[in-house]
Formats: sequence, C-alpha cells, structure tokens
Amino acid sequence: MIDTAYERVKLARDNKRPTGLDYIKNIFKDFIEFHGDRRFADDPAIVGGVARLNNYPVTVIAIEKGNTAKERAYRNFGAPQPEGYRKALRLMKQAEKFGRPIICFIDTSGAYCGVGAEERGQGQAIAENLMEMSTLSVPIISILVGEGGSGGALALAVADRVWMLQNAVYSVISPEGCASILWKDSAKAETAAESLKLTAEDAKSLGVIERILSENEIGKKEFYDRIRVLLTEELKILIKDIDLIQNRYDRFRKIGVSAVNKD
Amino acid sequence: MALINFLKPRNQLEEGGRTAAPVQRDAGEPEKKCPNCRKDIPVSRLWANNLVCPCGYHFRMKARQRIHMIADKNSFHEMYSNVKADDPLNFPGYKDKVETVRVASGEEEAVICGTAMIGRQKCCLFVMESYFMMGSMGSAVGEKITMLFEYAVYHRLPVVGFTVSGGARMQEGLLSLMQMAKTSAAVKRHSDAGLLYIAVLTDPTTGGVTASFAMEADIILAEPGATVGFAGARVIEQTTKKSLPDGFQKSEFVMKHGFIDSIIPRSNQKKCLTELLKMHDGRAII
Repeated sequence: MIDTAYERVKLARDNKRPTGLDYIKNIFKDFIEFHGDRRFADDPAIVGGVARLNNYPVTVIAIEKGNTAKERAYRNFGAPQPEGYRKALRLMKQAEKFGRPIICFIDTSGAYCGVGAEERGQGQAIAENLMEMSTLSVPIISILVGEGGSGGALALAVADRVWMLQNAVYSVISPEGCASILWKDSAKAETAAESLKLTAEDAKSLGVIERILSENEIGKKEFYDRIRVLLTEELKILIKDIDLIQNRYDRFRKIGVSAVNKD
Repeated sequence: MALINFLKPRNQLEEGGRTAAPVQRDAGEPEKKCPNCRKDIPVSRLWANNLVCPCGYHFRMKARQRIHMIADKNSFHEMYSNVKADDPLNFPGYKDKVETVRVASGEEEAVICGTAMIGRQKCCLFVMESYFMMGSMGSAVGEKITMLFEYAVYHRLPVVGFTVSGGARMQEGLLSLMQMAKTSAAVKRHSDAGLLYIAVLTDPTTGGVTASFAMEADIILAEPGATVGFAGARVIEQTTKKSLPDGFQKSEFVMKHGFIDSIIPRSNQKKCLTELLKMHDGRAII
C-alpha cells in the first residue's frame, strides 16, 4: 500500500515501468512509425505513427523515456524538444484529415529546458498544440502512464478523455521545484508533493481526469489487453459523439470554475 | 497606512491624476536607479515618461497605470472584478499570501479585464499585474481571460492583451495547469470567428502563460528588453550546466529567433495598437 504522495512520485519515475513504446507495441498491431516535424528535426523523445487498435486504424503518439541507459540518453529522458510537439501536432492533423482517432501516452518530467529549446520556441510549440487540439474533429484519448510534468504533458493531453494509471502523477510543477521556489528547500519535496494534489485520485476528484487504470499485472499481457478493451469501448462512444468539439471545450471550460470566488 | 497608500497609486491614476510631472528637480525628490544606465532618475520624470528611463530602459509598470496609458480617457470599463482566487487545494500559506498581496497591490487578482477604446477603436483589453504574485495564472486568471475572449466572440470585438507572468500559479496545482488548456481553447474560438487578437509581451512573460495565450496571438508585440521564455534562465543553466548566450530570452533575442512580430517601446504602443486595430476593423473598402 502506498501512503504518501511523494512515494507515488518516485513510483511514477521508476525506471522499471513500461515506457511509451511498450504500450504501443503491446496494445496495437502493425505500428508504423512516422518521424520528423517537417520543419527542423525528428525528436526521439516523442514517438508517433499509425497502428491498428483491433482492426481499426488510429494515430498513436507516445512520449518515450527509453529502457537502457543508452536509450534513455538518446530519448533525452523523455523530455521533448519543440520539434517533438510539432511532430505530434503534424500527426494529429494528419489523423484529422483521414478521420482517425488519436491516442496519446504521456510520460515526461516536462518539456526540455535548454537553450536550443527556447531558441526554437518551446513555449510557442506547446501553446500551438493546446490551441489546435481544442478543435480537432476526431476523438482524442490521452493516458498518463508515468510522470505528467506540467505544460510538457498537457501539450498532448487536450483530449476528450484523460486517464491515469493508478501510480502516475500529474502536476503543474515537480515537487522538488515547488519546494525550492516556495520554501527555498528542495528537501521539502514531500510536503510539496502532498500539497500539490498530484496523484491519480486527486486528479479525478478535481475533475481533471475521467478514469484511473489499475496497475495489476503491469507490463503483462493481461494489463495491455485490459487497456485495449477500455480504449476500444471508449472510442465506440466518442466516434458517435456529434458534439465532440463542443464537449471537449466544455470539459476544460468547467475546470477551476468552482475554485474561484465570485461574490 | 502611509505605506499602503504609497503602494496603491491606482486611485490617484483612475482620477486622471499624475500624468504630467513637475519639470524642475526638487531637492530631496525621490530618485530611482536605472539598472541599465546606472543613473539616478527623479521619480517624477519617470512617471511623466511612462516609467521609461531617458536611456530607453523600461521599468515594470502597474496594470492600472498601463490601462491609463493605453486606453482613451475614461473609456475603460472593468469586467469580472468579482472573480478572485480561492484556495481550492488548501495549499499551505496560500490564503495568507493572497491576502497580503491584495493589500500591498490594491488588486484582487493578477489580471484586469474589460472593454476599452484605443484610439477610438473599441476592443476587449486585458492587462496582467506583475505586482500580484508576479502575474501568476491560477483559476481566477484563467477564468477571467476565458470569459473575456468569450465576450469578445459574442460581441465580435478584437482583444488586446498585455502579458506579464511568472507562469502557472503552483498553489492551485493541476487546476492552474488546466487554465492553459482552457484559455487556449477560448483563444482558438475567437480566432476561428475571424477576430483579431494582439498580445503585447512585457517583462517578464514566462512559463505557462508563454506556453498558452501569450504565444497564440495573431500579432505578437513586445516591450524592449522584456524577458520572454518558457523555462527560467536559472533552471536552464542548472540543467544544462552551460552559460547562456548574451541577451538570452530578451525580447530582441526572441524576435531574432522568429517568435515576436515587432518590438514596440511604450512611447509608441498606443499609436501602433490604434493603427493595427484600424487596419483590422473590417470596414476598409478600396
């Protein structure tokens, strides 16, 4: 039994968890990867392409952290550059053109912070995704499978349904960052983790996610089969939704409304 | 009490008070050191010049003063001033912090919204307040900005927005983060309705505000020397262990890399905004 929020954070960051590509390979068939943002480069931290969910073609996009030390360095530890977000948006627009649903797997400590990322407009890349995803005409389901680090995670999570694995976390800032800014002491990360309300249960009670996915038999066939069934069932509902874009707008529109004082 | 009055120039400004300053320098008049030219500039002279040093350095400006500078006289009608931050997560120390900041800044939240005339062009105007928790975006800021864009769609008005922000307000956790998605969706609707949105990025515009509505405008202007970026410079230095290039994340640097349309000094902003609003008013027929 996991008691504290900070233990959840550590679990979410655990190297032994399945990574983005594990989900793609085990849930879908016939995955064909598409590289590059068609503007500058291909970002290995984000993997995307087409695949079949059962027999149904979908666009899948995943943030990939890598499994070995070498892979992790190659994947930049799952911290995407602006090109990664631009590639994701390119593939999402392509999905819209061909009427394919979009499924995203999110696992990142955050968008990469580096000189090059700033020079090439990290903020602009995320902003554009948020804006464009809000009116895509195909269903989008995003699943947070590990770390959901701030804007870098949200840039793939403006979706009709957002789900979290039971030990995934989703936060506006890392607990360490929060503690060092607020209390000038990164050792207070445990308090920060508690206060930030970043667990799957918290996110659900705040109305930020719809579903918590059990981690029973994580990494095994049963685990992936379960997610495949859930995705298939949910897409059947979403495909019939004639007010998809309006409902997505309302989904985000209502968040935080009750968190303000209007007297 | 005297200190609080000093920190609250808004009432004086709203009455149209201190726009012109005495010309000669009085002995003992308060001065402010310019971090750029290192000279001591009489405060009255700065106020007369919209807080711009003769050397061109732009000091930070309070939101009300900016509205006074940009909007036509008595044209600004504030909206949603009743929308304020609550403490949805019971975050340690947040309530007290907000109360202190309210008293010190004289504002209820980190953004002021309303309608205004700029050069006799009607528009929706939002101005963020750096003196309120460094313009951080919580649920109230997100809600106010979203409502303003929805109002602008309904009334078919352009939006002019001055951004200043340290990013999302971490004391409201995930709810702050979601405001990025919420405001972006509202901006998209406004854009899809064929309406104009001009953002003016002022010092500093960073984090979640850069990664949402600041970078989503049709026309993105900035003040000279303003810090504009996503990640904080110190965080980048610590992460990459490399020294940063000269002028990193200054508006001139960001424009050079293609993310800002033009850098407009304060003295020119009203004229520039007026021209842009006129060119987009949809009534021009050759």
